[in-house]
Amino acid sequence: MTHSHDAMTEELYRETILDHNANPRNNGPLDDASFSEASLNPSCGDRFTLHVKLSEDGSSVEAVRFEGIGCAISTASMSLFSEKLTGMSVEEVRQLDKQFVYDLLGVPISAAREKCALVSLKTAQTGLRLFEGRDA
Amino acid sequence: MAISLEQIRADFPILQNGAVYLDSGATSLTPTPVVEAVTKYYTDYNANIHRGLYDWSVEATEGYEGAHKTLAAFVNAEHVEEMIFTAGTTSALNVIASMTTANMQPGEEIVTTLLEHHSNFVPWQKAAEAKGLVFKTINVQEDGCLDLEDAKQKITSKTRVVAFTAVSNALGVLTPIKELCALAHENGAIAVVDGAQHIPHFKVDVQDMGCDFYAFSGHKMYGPTGTGGFYARREHLLNMEPVVFGGDMISEVTIQASTWNELPWKFEAGTPHIAGGIGLGVAADYMTSVGLETIEQHEQDMTAYALEVFGTLDGVEVYGPTDPLKRIGVVSFGIGGMHPHDVAELLNRKHIAVRAGHHCAMPLMDHLAIPGTTRASFGIYTSKDDIDALAEAVEYTKSIFTV
Ligand SMILES: Cc1ncc(COP(=O)(O)O)c(C=O)c1O
Repeated sequence: MTHSHDAMTEELYRETILDHNANPRNNGPLDDASFSEASLNPSCGDRFTLHVKLSEDGSSVEAVRFEGIGCAISTASMSLFSEKLTGMSVEEVRQLDKQFVYDLLGVPISAAREKCALVSLKTAQTGLRLFEGRDA
Repeated sequence: MAISLEQIRADFPILQNGAVYLDSGATSLTPTPVVEAVTKYYTDYNANIHRGLYDWSVEATEGYEGAHKTLAAFVNAEHVEEMIFTAGTTSALNVIASMTTANMQPGEEIVTTLLEHHSNFVPWQKAAEAKGLVFKTINVQEDGCLDLEDAKQKITSKTRVVAFTAVSNALGVLTPIKELCALAHENGAIAVVDGAQHIPHFKVDVQDMGCDFYAFSGHKMYGPTGTGGFYARREHLLNMEPVVFGGDMISEVTIQASTWNELPWKFEAGTPHIAGGIGLGVAADYMTSVGLETIEQHEQDMTAYALEVFGTLDGVEVYGPTDPLKRIGVVSFGIGGMHPHDVAELLNRKHIAVRAGHHCAMPLMDHLAIPGTTRASFGIYTSKDDIDALAEAVEYTKSIFTV
């Protein structure tokens, strides 16, 4: 067990995460979603559904909302990510990597919380892949 | 306590590193005699068991078979050959589920409960699926205690197996073992007890309980990981076909057919965890030397103390019955507005080790309509100081979330 975390404590749960956890942005249903994807992590007690509406030509994200519950890290991840996703091109979404989400969260993420942190990215990319597969 | 808490804690040198370990329900810490016994196998007589004609193998065989004798006596089995070693509760329950459902007919029933760990739920659910059996679950009451009235409804003359945990790992709730075994038998069914969370805290007496099978894990009773086993009444073992085949479990193999070794080896195919099995025997002896009444009393005291302390914390909900005598070893709680993961991570910052999540009991969590809990669980080395430290850290955790 490592005992060197104390300095990071306040940092980890710093304002942004607590704020997005308490007041998640883009929270709720989305009627005309192009696709909705459930998160793959129910075993952690995180259950989210991400709704994404694409532009008419399918090239960019027009609206994003999400529903569900999870820990502070995963909820903040969904909330912060949903803000960034809106307006992005589909190509950009495909290219996003872990670091993008870590930067959004802005706090050190331990290995134990990686799944929580990345739930938004995974759900979005999986949903997009399945949606495009369906189209093809 | 005849033996002091300090003496016990001295047998667990890992405690000296300053962590407050409150996750014994997941796995217990390992006392020095067990560590030494495991090491000694590798340093002094590292050999395979049975068939070996040289000293090391004889010593290993005696050690491994001796551990079976120790565990058979530890659970008060009538016969030594009623004790079978496995990799733990999960493998025991899977094997038991395969064996006991092998000859069941479509429409016959398996009854389990909402309190089960997935390992005493899914194997039965899958067997039911595969064989067209009816899979039923006994409900729990509001406080998480098993609903015995519902059990009487669910267990019928069509029931062949009643599988239930003796102690809930998620809530620490005790179930009415004897009543359930009797209900099973009145209806012509067998009773399978998951003892994973029971054997660490109580003097186990399989004859007094009246169960047909009793599964347990070594690593939750101060033994090595990857050990454990099950007790089964001899008549069942004599009548059942093994489901794992290979070396060691064979009497004779010809091209036409095979016959099985005598009990219990018929049910232990392949080279087992020899050092672990020997360590498990030492762990049982260790518990006996501390005293099983002493252990039960200590765990009961810690549970009662934790419930008392948690009762004074604002905004903290303890799940399960408030009567400490209805539970043991576990205090599962929620803090308003906080996800259990966040709680556990913040507690870790205060060097407190607890578990958070659904505790492999998702049907129960669904029933309680919560994503999970934060669970503190106790062992023979747990002190009131540990629980005080937890309470203090819970306050800290709350303070972080209410900035
Ligand atoms: C009640 C119960 N049953 C079964 C198990 C599974 O035990 P193991 O993982 O040692 O096989 C556990 C472990 O958490 C448990 O608490």
